[in-house]
Amino acid sequence: MLDIRNLQVSVDGKAILKGIDLQVKAGEVHAIMGPNGSGKSTLVQLLAGREGYAARADAVLYQGAELLGMAAEERARQGIFLAFQYPVEIPGVANVYFLKAACNAIRRHRNLPELDAIDFLALIRSRLKLLGMDESLLYRPVNAGFSGGEKKRNEILQMAVLEPTLALLDESDSGLDIDALKVVAGGINALRSPQRAIVLVTHYQRLLDYVVPDRVHVLADGRIARSGDRQLAIELERTGYADTPAGHPAPPASRA
Amino acid sequence: MNTPQASSASYYAAAYQRLSPLLPGGGLGWLTQARRAALARFARHGFPTQRDEDWKYTSLAAIAAARYDLWPAACVDPLAGVVSQRALAGAHLLVFVNGRLHPGLSRPGDLPPGVRLNSLAYCLEEQPASVDPLLLLGAAAAAFADLNLAFMADGAYLHLAADCHLAAPIQLLFIASQANLAIQQRNVLWAAAGSSACIIEQHVALGEGSYLTNALSNVVLEAGASIEHYLLQQESPAASHIATIDVRQQANSSYSSASFAFGAHLARTGITVALQGEAARCSLDGLYLTAGRQHVDHHTCIDHRQAGGTSRQLYKGVLSGASRAVFNGRVVVHPDAQRSDAEQSNRNLLLSDKAEIDTKPQLEIWADDVKCSHAATVAQLDEEQVFYLRSRGIEQAKARTMLSRAFAREMIDRVACSPLQEALDEALREKLRVMSC
Ligand SMILES: Nc1ncnc2c1ncn2[C@@H]1O[C@H](COP(=O)(O)OP(=O)(O)OP(=O)(O)O)[C@@H](O)[C@H]1O
Ligand SMILES: [Mg+2]
Repeated sequence: MLDIRNLQVSVDGKAILKGIDLQVKAGEVHAIMGPNGSGKSTLVQLLAGREGYAARADAVLYQGAELLGMAAEERARQGIFLAFQYPVEIPGVANVYFLKAACNAIRRHRNLPELDAIDFLALIRSRLKLLGMDESLLYRPVNAGFSGGEKKRNEILQMAVLEPTLALLDESDSGLDIDALKVVAGGINALRSPQRAIVLVTHYQRLLDYVVPDRVHVLADGRIARSGDRQLAIELERTGYADTPAGHPAPPASRA
Repeated sequence: MNTPQASSASYYAAAYQRLSPLLPGGGLGWLTQARRAALARFARHGFPTQRDEDWKYTSLAAIAAARYDLWPAACVDPLAGVVSQRALAGAHLLVFVNGRLHPGLSRPGDLPPGVRLNSLAYCLEEQPASVDPLLLLGAAAAAFADLNLAFMADGAYLHLAADCHLAAPIQLLFIASQANLAIQQRNVLWAAAGSSACIIEQHVALGEGSYLTNALSNVVLEAGASIEHYLLQQESPAASHIATIDVRQQANSSYSSASFAFGAHLARTGITVALQGEAARCSLDGLYLTAGRQHVDHHTCIDHRQAGGTSRQLYKGVLSGASRAVFNGRVVVHPDAQRSDAEQSNRNLLLSDKAEIDTKPQLEIWADDVKCSHAATVAQLDEEQVFYLRSRGIEQAKARTMLSRAFAREMIDRVACSPLQEALDEALREKLRVMSC
């Protein structure tokens, strides 16, 4: 599904990612952990099509097609979804209007008929229920004045409506109370399927108790320093990143 | 060879000689005298140039060089379609075609006692005693006001008797259909003590011809009166639109205007409000959207002459292409106008780096106990917001349109009249469609 080979990214001449290799297969869930500033958000934002990076790679393939150079909206239409670490507030645009525009843009691409207001409302209500969200959030401007937790849930709501093939979730668990965490995890698990892949960026093992990953990677100083199975996350929770060999290539095998 | 200025003076003088027998109110000595005096002033001063501080950013060269027809030909275009498309549900409708009332298309409906709504030409001819000379002559002597006075032939005349409240809005629909015509339109809106009304003045065009609308409105609010005045400018893309609104307010009166400038190649709206009585209140809103090489200028002047007056101004603009907008907001607080409260804000969104805005507040404060604030901002679309929308599959042009619309919508949300709100929203969508190409 996703095949990244030797990805190097810099911003304003500053190297941020220094040679990332990552392969994610359909049906898999990968977790990416790592210290603050190590480049996790840069990686997923780049994959979602953010501009302004200088990126070089041997290949960044999504479903066999080269991603670099593809417009953000095109990636979204082909099934890539990024849940933002910091969801953007858009005053003046109603959440429901935004969601409908997004949903129909993607449906058009999939040659599905556009949903009218009534069908869309039925769809969104079922998703709201799944996520325990109040309908009033639909009629407020996108993320404007939302609490931190509401913003994160709103990202998961969008994901549930857009049904991506590759979901990139950047700290969707940060700032959530324990009930909200379960709800968000439920939303992610509901999306899991053999045709889809999920990449979770997280700082906490907690989320991984609910959404069990197939692989765990540690990003440090722009490189994948370690990879392993879920045991690696449990170990990191205990030891921190202190003995992660920053700046060196990942050891070939996991330590589990 | 004459200078353009001199030749335009002689052009208008000759036109006046020819047309004066046709102008309404020919039997009124004071009016004929005033028309001649205005023409003489115009001959002396001509059109302002960019050396004139008030016209620094707005060139009138094209208008000065033009030789407009000053009398409309009979309109043979079918108009019923435009009228039914534009007529607002429930409004008292007067339709003017090329500056003249079109009785067949107008639907004034039932007006409550105390409301006189008529064509100005009719008033001048048939009820001259009802027209107060001071009203027509009061506006500041300036080139466009002078030309308007010299040639004005029609417009709306509204008089509200004391304590008369008109529930439904009055819609004045001005349709221009004749290329190269100069429409010299004059409105009188006169609200006696304690009366209230909502007036929608809308300018639309048939076709895309080049013509000039030179509109002047005299607005008078006696004590405690209240007027909502909406200006909806949707002239042809080649037209020039010059609007002058002269407002005089007595104590405790309230005037709110909202100007929506979508059309015309060159547009200038000048609003002068004199708060002549205590505790008068005015609120001026504006929204301008410009594309291509459009030039849209708003000049406001609020004169706080008595104590306790309040003024509010909020103007927003969205500029694309190589268009240009001007906002100049002047607030004068006289020494007697203690406890005046004035706020002014002008916010602009530039969608293109070739678009240009000149925004300037101008506060002249001669009293000490006053609250005055002003703010002007010029911003571009937030790229974080654009990326967020794109990351959800919304294409870039659509994302930019959504964000521009969100910025502009605020001005439409503030409109109290709901059928107008819908018409404005439709006009906004249409304009943003043009701007995104
Ligand atoms: N646009 C930018 N301009 C300059 N520096 C940037 C930019 N974007 C990212 N960086 C830098 O790149 C580094 C990696 O940032 P990134 O946001 O990817 O880290 P992260 O791993 O997601 O951290 P966190 O765990 O705190 O979210 C940081 O040092 C950051 O300051
Ligand atoms: Mg991050």
